[in-house]
Amino acid sequence: MSADTLTADSRPASVPAGTGSLKRFARRRSTIAFLMTLPLLLVIVCLVAYPASYGIYLSTLNRTMERSIGFGNFEILFDTDTFWNVVWQSCIFAITAVIAKALIGFWLAHMLHHIPTKGQRKWRGMLLVPWVIPPALSTLGWWWMYDPSYSSINYLISLVGAPPVPWLGEPLWARAAIIIVNVWVGAPFFMIMYLAALKSVPEQLYEAAAIDGASSFQRLRYVTVPMMANIISITVLFSLIVTFANYDIVRVLTNGGPRDLTHVFASYAFQVGILSGNIPRGAAVSLFMLPILAICAFFVLRGVTRRNKEQM
Amino acid sequence: MSAVSASNDVAKGSGIYSKAGSLSRERRWALWMAYASLTVAAIIFLAPPVYMFITSLKGSAEIANMRGNPWLVREPTLENYGALLSNSMFLRFFVNSVVITGLVVLVTMVISILAAFALARMRFFGSQFLATGVFLTYLVPDTLLFIPLYQIVGGLGLLNSIWGLVLVYPTLTVPFCTWIMIGYFASIPKELDEAALIDGATWPQMLLKIFIPVAMPGIIAATIFAFTVSWAAFVYPTAFVTTPDQMPLTIGVVSQLVRADTFAWGQIMAGALLAALPPVVIYAFLMDYYIAGLTAGATKG
Repeated sequence: MSADTLTADSRPASVPAGTGSLKRFARRRSTIAFLMTLPLLLVIVCLVAYPASYGIYLSTLNRTMERSIGFGNFEILFDTDTFWNVVWQSCIFAITAVIAKALIGFWLAHMLHHIPTKGQRKWRGMLLVPWVIPPALSTLGWWWMYDPSYSSINYLISLVGAPPVPWLGEPLWARAAIIIVNVWVGAPFFMIMYLAALKSVPEQLYEAAAIDGASSFQRLRYVTVPMMANIISITVLFSLIVTFANYDIVRVLTNGGPRDLTHVFASYAFQVGILSGNIPRGAAVSLFMLPILAICAFFVLRGVTRRNKEQM
Repeated sequence: MSAVSASNDVAKGSGIYSKAGSLSRERRWALWMAYASLTVAAIIFLAPPVYMFITSLKGSAEIANMRGNPWLVREPTLENYGALLSNSMFLRFFVNSVVITGLVVLVTMVISILAAFALARMRFFGSQFLATGVFLTYLVPDTLLFIPLYQIVGGLGLLNSIWGLVLVYPTLTVPFCTWIMIGYFASIPKELDEAALIDGATWPQMLLKIFIPVAMPGIIAATIFAFTVSWAAFVYPTAFVTTPDQMPLTIGVVSQLVRADTFAWGQIMAGALLAALPPVVIYAFLMDYYIAGLTAGATKG
């Protein structure tokens, strides 16, 4: 019953003072609502908010976690070349992969939208398979396809007479290999989101544009893209967050090698924090993801709220 | 394009009918283009799993033989699958994954259905704020928090234990499931609960007798999401579990099967395919719910 009075007190006094039973009803409703959201609050507070602030605190400690060294961990990171490699690698990886995923997804969604409705289900089912397989496991398959001596991709390349590609041995190719796998996993997600958005564009708009003599490119530019702008930006930003924070593909494919040149933030934080046992510095590395994630999250949230308002 | 402009020239002379002909020709060309790109995409998208399957059917001698086309299998054998299914460690991974995923899905659905009902229907102090907070936590990636969580889980003595994973997996599943359940519950017409209130239903009755049955498609979509995410989770088990007997499938296959000096590629591929089977089977049978859940985050809610 203490929870009962507590929530009743915390309610603003905007509830009109009515009959006693009504008051009791309102009080009971807020109590029930509080109890129902309590598990969710516990998850958010204990497993997200508390670890986040604890992570910030951790990043200011020294290696043995006995005393605070302020921004020492960050200063040490700024002085290492590996860290700057990680920054560049993460940014290049995330931006290239997201652009490729968005373009391929957009193209495929369009193609899928063009064919008769009867066949769409079948194609959609096939094309979503990369997204359904857990990425860590499908990356194992890619790893085997990139294998230096048994590469099945190199076999196909050799059929057209090109020299074999050192997929995971050369830094440049290893980066490309990681991006290829990420695009392979993520493009179907874009396709599905764009297809859902394409289907919600009213057919009359295209008819009106066709009557006005718009070419197919003009229909795309002036009807489809503006109608889908919001969903495109939400998907791109969301994917930017997920890609930027990606771990599984790098871990399985290269584990950061060759010569630590393919590490992204997550895999480097793992390497420093868990494997080498320097937990505070690992926490500092992963905190570097925070600013870019926060910016993306802000715009995703704005896009989603705007979209909700449109639909109301 | 030249065909289109040429027929436009003709159309000036001979009226509207030839223009209609060009339109249909343009459409046929677009259709051909669509099928061509979809076929290319399907081949590329399906090649890795198909190649994994091909490799899993090969014996080690055939894999080691570098001559000939690696995309063909000459002497198919099921020995890799047989070896895995009689490997007690692999079965242990499977059991761990099933236990973890089952518990996490159950906990997630209870938490998110209760919370979503309260957030969608009972306006209370801070409910809008909390709904936004739920979406924001969904955007927090697991790689941002795994180091502090490593310390926290270690402090509780749950490292190297499946219970530690059961504890932290809800951070991956609860926010999104709550978010899409709010969307589904909010789309149920208000008249339904008004009618129930007039008939004297209590809030729990309303949830159990009206909201859960009506929002069943949403609940299935959210359950599928929770299942696939906790089955595929990789960062947390990699960080928190190092003893093989507590590993779920994803990290078990990646770390234990790969560990040997000479890679048993056939077995690794067979293991990866078997581990990927449950989500793929669920997807094959419940594709529409799966896609509804996937697109719900941005198009609903």
